[in-house]
Amino acid sequence: MMFLFALSAFLVAVSGVPGLWLRTGGGRAAAWLIGLGALAGLAAAGMVLGGAAPPTLALLHTPLGTQGFLRLDPIGAFFLVPVLVLPACGSVFAIGYWGDQHESARRLRLLYGLTAGFLVLLVAAAQALTFLLAWESMAVTSFLLVMAEDRDPETRRAGWIYLAATHSGTLCLFAAFGLAAGAGASFLFGPVAPGLAATPRGTAIFLLCLVGFGLKAGIFPLHFWLPPAHAAAPSHISSLMSGVLIKMGILGLVRGLVLVPDPPVWWGALLVALGALSGILGVAYALAQHDLKRLLAYHSIENIGIILLGLGLGTLGKSTGHPVLQALGFAGALLHVLNHSLFKGLLFLGAGSVVHATGSRDLERLGGLARSMPFTACAFLAGSWAICGLPPLNGFISEWLIYLAAFRGLALPRFSHWPVLALAALALIGALAAACFAKVFGVVFLGEPRTPAAAGAGEAPRAMRAPMLVLAGICAAIGVVPVLVGPALARAAGAAAGLPGPADLAGLAHLGTLTLIALPLLAAAGLIWAWTRKGAGPRTGLPTWDCGYAAASPRIQYTASSFADELVTAMRFVLRPQVRWRRVLGLFPSQRSYRSHVPDPILDRVAAPCLDLAERGLAVLHFFQSGQLPLYLLYILITLVALLVWMVA
Amino acid sequence: MTDSTLVRSLHYLLQVLTALLLPPLLPGLINKVKALMAGRQGPPVLQLYYDLARLARKQAVYSRTTTWVFLAGPVAIVAVSMIAALLVPFGHAPAPINFQGDMILFAYLFGLARFATVLSALDTGSSFEGMGAAREVTFSVLTEPALFLGFAALAKATGSLSLSGMLASPGFAISRATGPLILVLAGWMIVFLTENSRIPVDDPNTHLELTMIHEVMVLDHSGRPFALVLYGASMKLMVLGALIVGPLLPRTSHPWLDWAGFYAAMGLLAVVVGLVESATARFRMNRVPQFLVAGLLATAFAFFLLQA
Repeated sequence: MMFLFALSAFLVAVSGVPGLWLRTGGGRAAAWLIGLGALAGLAAAGMVLGGAAPPTLALLHTPLGTQGFLRLDPIGAFFLVPVLVLPACGSVFAIGYWGDQHESARRLRLLYGLTAGFLVLLVAAAQALTFLLAWESMAVTSFLLVMAEDRDPETRRAGWIYLAATHSGTLCLFAAFGLAAGAGASFLFGPVAPGLAATPRGTAIFLLCLVGFGLKAGIFPLHFWLPPAHAAAPSHISSLMSGVLIKMGILGLVRGLVLVPDPPVWWGALLVALGALSGILGVAYALAQHDLKRLLAYHSIENIGIILLGLGLGTLGKSTGHPVLQALGFAGALLHVLNHSLFKGLLFLGAGSVVHATGSRDLERLGGLARSMPFTACAFLAGSWAICGLPPLNGFISEWLIYLAAFRGLALPRFSHWPVLALAALALIGALAAACFAKVFGVVFLGEPRTPAAAGAGEAPRAMRAPMLVLAGICAAIGVVPVLVGPALARAAGAAAGLPGPADLAGLAHLGTLTLIALPLLAAAGLIWAWTRKGAGPRTGLPTWDCGYAAASPRIQYTASSFADELVTAMRFVLRPQVRWRRVLGLFPSQRSYRSHVPDPILDRVAAPCLDLAERGLAVLHFFQSGQLPLYLLYILITLVALLVWMVA
Repeated sequence: MTDSTLVRSLHYLLQVLTALLLPPLLPGLINKVKALMAGRQGPPVLQLYYDLARLARKQAVYSRTTTWVFLAGPVAIVAVSMIAALLVPFGHAPAPINFQGDMILFAYLFGLARFATVLSALDTGSSFEGMGAAREVTFSVLTEPALFLGFAALAKATGSLSLSGMLASPGFAISRATGPLILVLAGWMIVFLTENSRIPVDDPNTHLELTMIHEVMVLDHSGRPFALVLYGASMKLMVLGALIVGPLLPRTSHPWLDWAGFYAAMGLLAVVVGLVESATARFRMNRVPQFLVAGLLATAFAFFLLQA
C-alpha cells in the first residue's frame, strides 16, 4: 500500500518533466501522469479509509535517527482525496486553458506537478521535519505558480505578499514545534502529556499554531494574501490553491488538536468565534466584489470559517466530554474540507472558462453567457448551488452535520452560547452566500450580454469541460447519496476527534434519510418540469418587457453592484465602501459616472504597511546578499564551524 | 400493530391531501377577510382554484432573453413545498418524514426555492426583476437567522432535534417555556409575513413595480409557470403557517379531533393575516430591515431566557 502511495507522489511530482522536452502534447503527458498517480493514491487512501492498518515509510535512516517519516493515517487519507482529485482535474483543464502557446506553459506544468507532489507528501508527513520540509516546498512552488504572469506588476505584488505571509506562518510553526519538543513532545507527532495544554507554554504553542496554520488557511484577519494571490494566478492554479492548498492549514490544525487529550474550553470557543468572524466577513467582502476570481477567493475565507465552526464545536465537545458533539463537529469540518475542495475547484475552473471565453474577470462586463456557454453555465450553477449549502448537493451535507453539532451543543450545561453563536452565524452565512451566488450567476450567465466581448463568447473546449463535469458529478453524488462517503468519513472523523474507533455517524446523523428525500424532490421537480414544458407555446422571439423605454440597452440591467447595494450599504460600518459619483441633476442630465470599491482593510491598512516597513527596515541585510556564490559558501562554512565550536563547548 | 400502522398511514394520507389540495383556499380566505373589512363583496373564496385552472390551460409566453433557468423558480417552489409539507407536523401527529435535524433541511429547502426564484427573475434581464431579487435576498439574510434561533430555542426547551418533536409536543401548557415560546412565535410571525410577502413587508396587491418585492420577480411568468408560482406561494403559506400554529394547538382527546383543530387554526391564521393587512399599511422599504431585526431579537431573546 505504501508502494502505491509513493508511486502516486512520484508520478504527480514528475508530471511536468516530459513536457520540458516534448514539442507538443506536454499537457497531455502531464494529465496522464497525474491521472495515473491519482488513481494509485486514491487506491491507497481507499484502503486506509476502508479500515486497513496505516502504512508507514521512512525515507532515510541516519545515525541521528530515522528521518523523512511518512504515515498515511485515516486523517491523511481523507485529505489525500481532494489533494489528488483536484490536480488531476486541473491538469486536464490546463490542456485547453494554458496550452503551449503560453510562454510559461512548460514552467507552470513542472511547478504544478511539484506543488501537487509536495501536497501529497504533506498529508502523510508524520514528523515535524518532514512536515515542515513539505510545507515549505509547497509554499515556494505555489509562490512560483502565482507568479505565472510575472510581467504584470499586480501579479508580482500579489506574489510578494503571499511569499511574505507564508514565510511568516512557517516561522510561527518553527517556534511552535520547537516549544512542543522542548516540553517533551517528540517531533514524531506523538500525543502530548495531559495538563500541558493548560500551561502558558501550551497556550503559546496553540496560538503560534493558530497563526501559522491560520495564515495558510486564510482565517480572518490573516486572510490578506489570499484574494490578490487567487485572482492573479491562472484559474487552474487558483482552483488548486483555493481547493487544496489552503486546506493544509486545516490539516495542520487537525493534526495538532489530535495530539491534545484535554484542550481547554477556550480553545474551542476561540475557534468557533474565529469561524463565525471568518465566515461572516468572508462572505460580506465577497458580496462587495466585482472581480469574479477575487469574489471566489473571499468565499474561500467564508468556507474556512464554516470548517472552523465545525472544528471549534468538535473541540468544545472534547473539552467538555461530549463525544456526540466531538464526532459531529469533526465529521462536519472534515466533510466540508472535501466538499469545499470539490465545489470551489469547480467554480474556479468555471471562472477560468469564462475568462478564457471573454477575456474579462469583471462581473459588470459579462452577462448572458448561459446561452453561448450552456455547459459552463450548468457546471457553474452546480458549483454555486453546492457552495450555498442548498440541498440536494454536497455542501448541504457538511453544513447539515455542523448544524447538527451546534444543535447537540445546545444541551451543554454551561457553554451553550458558543453552539448558538455557531448556529446563528451559519444561518447568516448561508443566506449571504445564497445572495452572493445569485448575484454572480445572475449577472454573469443570465440576462443580456453587457459588452461585445461577452456577446461573442463561445463554449469552452472539451478538455476544459470534462474536469468540470467530473467535479460537478462528484458534488451531486455526495449530495444525493451521502452514505457513499459515510464510512470513510466516520473513520477519518473518529481519528481526528481522538475517539477510540470510527465516529458513530450512522447513529448520529441519518445520512440515508437525506437520500430518501433528495430522490422524491428530484422526481417531483422532474414531473412538474415536464408538465410545464408540455404547456409551453412557441417562442415569440420578443424581448423582455422593458416598461416602454425607447432605447433600452443591455446596460439598463441590474448590475452586480446594484444587486449587492442594499446589503453592502447595510454593512457599511464594516465594509466601508468607497463610492465616487456625482448627483444627477436637471431635466437633461449630461453623462454621469458611478464608481464603488470595497478595499480590504487588513491588506491596505495593516499588512501592506507592515510589509513595506519591514522591507525598508531590513534593507541593511542586503549587504550580505551580494549575489556571489563563493561568498555564500563562506557563510555556510562559518556557520558550520560556529556550530561545531558550540557543540564542542 | 397493523391497526396502528393503518391509522398512521391514514393520517399521512390526510396530510398529503391537505398539503396538496387545501393551500389555494388560504389566499382566498385572506382576500375575503380583507374585502369584508373594507365593506366590499370581494372575490369568491375559491378564486385561486379558478385562476389556477385557467392558467393551466393558457399558453406561456417566453422572452427571447430567457433560458431554461426561467422555469427553475416556479418548478422549485412547488417541488420544495411538497417535500417540506411532509417534514412539518400538521397538528399533533408526527410528520410523515421526521428525523434528527429535519428542521435544518426544512429551512434549506425554502432557501433552495428562494435561490431558484431569484435566478428565474434575473434570467429575464429586466431591471425591475433584478430589484425584486435583490430585495428578496436582502431580507432573507435577516429572516434565516431568526428562523434558526427559533429552532434553537425550541430545541433547548423540548430537547428534541426534529420538527415533529419541537412543534407537536409542547402544547400551550403553562410552564417555564411559555414566555420564550411566545417570543419565538412572535419572531416567526414576522418571518412568516416576510417569507410570504404579506403586509407590512410587501403588498401582494401592489401595482407599482418599483415597490414590489416578490410580485415583481414573477412579472414575466405566464401560463403554467405562473400557475406554479401562485400554487407554490399558497403552499408555502400553509407550510410555514403550520410551523406557527403547531405549538399553539390545544391537545384534544382524539387524533381526528386534532385535525379539526388544525384546520380551524389555519383558518384563524388566514383571518389574522387578513386583519393585519386591513389594519396596517406596509412599511417604507428602508424600514423593513428594522422590523426583521425585531423578529431576530425576539427569537434570540427567547433562547437566552431559556438558558438563564
